[in-house]
Amino acid sequence: MLENIDFSLVNWSRAQFALTAMYHWLFVPLTLGLSFILAFMETIYVRTGKPEWKRITKFWMTLFGVNFAIGVATGIILEFEFGTNWSNYSWFVGDIFGTPLAIEGIMAFFMESTFIAIMFFGWNKVSKKTHLAATWLTALGANLSALWILVANGWMQNPVGMWFNPETARNEMNNFWEVLLSPSAVSKWTHTTSSGFVLAALFVIGVSSWFLLKKREVQLAKKSIIIASVFGIVSSVYVIATGDFSAKTVARTQPMKMAAAEGLFVGTERAPLLAFGVLTKCTGDEIFNDNNKFLLRLEVPFKGFLSFMIHGNVNGFVPGINDLVEGNEKYGILSYAEKIERGYHAQQILKQLTSIKDKSSPEYAIFYNQFTSPDFLENYFKYFGYGAYYDSDIEKLQKNILKLIPNIPLTFYAFHVMVGLGFLFLLIFMVFLYLAVRDKLANKRWLYITGIVSIPLAYLASQSGWIVAEVGRQPWVIQDLMPTISAVTKIGSSAVKTTFILFALTFTALLIAELKIMFAQIKKGPSGH
Amino acid sequence: MGWIKNIYQFYYQGFKQMTLGKTLWVIILVKLFIMFAVFRIFFFKDFLGNNFKTDQERSIHVIEEITN
Repeated sequence: MLENIDFSLVNWSRAQFALTAMYHWLFVPLTLGLSFILAFMETIYVRTGKPEWKRITKFWMTLFGVNFAIGVATGIILEFEFGTNWSNYSWFVGDIFGTPLAIEGIMAFFMESTFIAIMFFGWNKVSKKTHLAATWLTALGANLSALWILVANGWMQNPVGMWFNPETARNEMNNFWEVLLSPSAVSKWTHTTSSGFVLAALFVIGVSSWFLLKKREVQLAKKSIIIASVFGIVSSVYVIATGDFSAKTVARTQPMKMAAAEGLFVGTERAPLLAFGVLTKCTGDEIFNDNNKFLLRLEVPFKGFLSFMIHGNVNGFVPGINDLVEGNEKYGILSYAEKIERGYHAQQILKQLTSIKDKSSPEYAIFYNQFTSPDFLENYFKYFGYGAYYDSDIEKLQKNILKLIPNIPLTFYAFHVMVGLGFLFLLIFMVFLYLAVRDKLANKRWLYITGIVSIPLAYLASQSGWIVAEVGRQPWVIQDLMPTISAVTKIGSSAVKTTFILFALTFTALLIAELKIMFAQIKKGPSGH
Repeated sequence: MGWIKNIYQFYYQGFKQMTLGKTLWVIILVKLFIMFAVFRIFFFKDFLGNNFKTDQERSIHVIEEITN
């Protein structure tokens, strides 16, 4: 099968989707977090009645509005791509993807047309409490709206709550709550939204730092820094806790992603946690030789920390890339060769079932019952996607197995950049809060520059998180069931290149518009509103 | 019916008094036009919807695509 795959098409389709998703994700996190910061600021205004807080709230609300307006509907492009570039995937996922996206669309529409309208148009037209309620509901609605797309994404990382209908080739949801509350969905939502809170807190601190650097709007900046740093500290602790939960889930459901993110080539008990490292020679066959894969390794000085994080026990075994590929009988890990064999068997049964035209025949009933039996689902269909890598030629099969390993350096570096910056942000929030409550923020040029620089760093951490989640799970579009090569529509790669360029131009234009308007509004300051 | 008039007035006045909001609305409308009137119509056809007549044909095609 792999000989017939146009990898140029697959790679361009992936690049197109990555470009769209990553640009979309440039706009979303600020909306998620800044909406709550606005709600906190307005709550203080309503409780104290001090007009200064209204002025502060309105200033940040304008910046929220700019980001929201530029970013709104950028995610719709992703839905276009499903039908055109990922039609096999779209068909295969059936209603599981459609239901959450429909709920998201309806929620977003009602939220945007009511609560946001009251937020922007309702000053002095509705009561203070009604306006405050609208601001809170905007924050809650934005984050609940994000829930549904992240539930769909969580399902792709860990497909549960469904059964595959062999007659329609579609997955059908048979347990909504299992889809909604699966650990992957819960960790996706909590970790992703809380990372947006951290980013927004850094945005407020960064812009406030610029005001302090320019010796403008000092009171607004100081008050905003206090709110943002408290919110940032709480969010950082929350993002670390949800990240820990996410790591535990990934270790169980996507062990290859965890091994790649941690640069763990050979599994071990008492597995160490790498604080940072510099990788060398870890692609293709090099993965399986005994050479040292690191030019530099910096471990957390607590033996078994990774085991402890994953299992709650320092002696727990964490599988490495080699264990997952070659199998490890002691720990009950099947080799990729065995999974490919089983997946291929599942695919052949499905093909045989499909080839029988008379659905009332006894032969059809035999294959149907076999395909839908619990034993078959657990031991064969579970590895359905691996079948795409089957080849009767052993040499080709061995080469195909290497394609089941994600890009290790990219996953590894993105993961460590995300985690490292996450802890750095917590420190930044604590320093800002300490100096703000002691009224020692004046004349701290180094601190202001740190605050300003932390804005692009927050976006870097945020995008790195997506790279870990999406590159780390390759080659899977739906974990173990559908690889990217099977999901993609077989259309000309030149068509995909064209839309890639069009998207790149459109989204870049939107980003430039956002930055230009945002900078202009910040320069104007609250008095310009 | 008074409440409908109030809601209409609320939105009407809100839009009328916008300053920066007008620029943002222009950006939103241009963006939506490009997405739905250009991208959607010319570049993003429903592949399975356009190339196959029935769901059965679609499912057979997808099974061919996802099996080795």
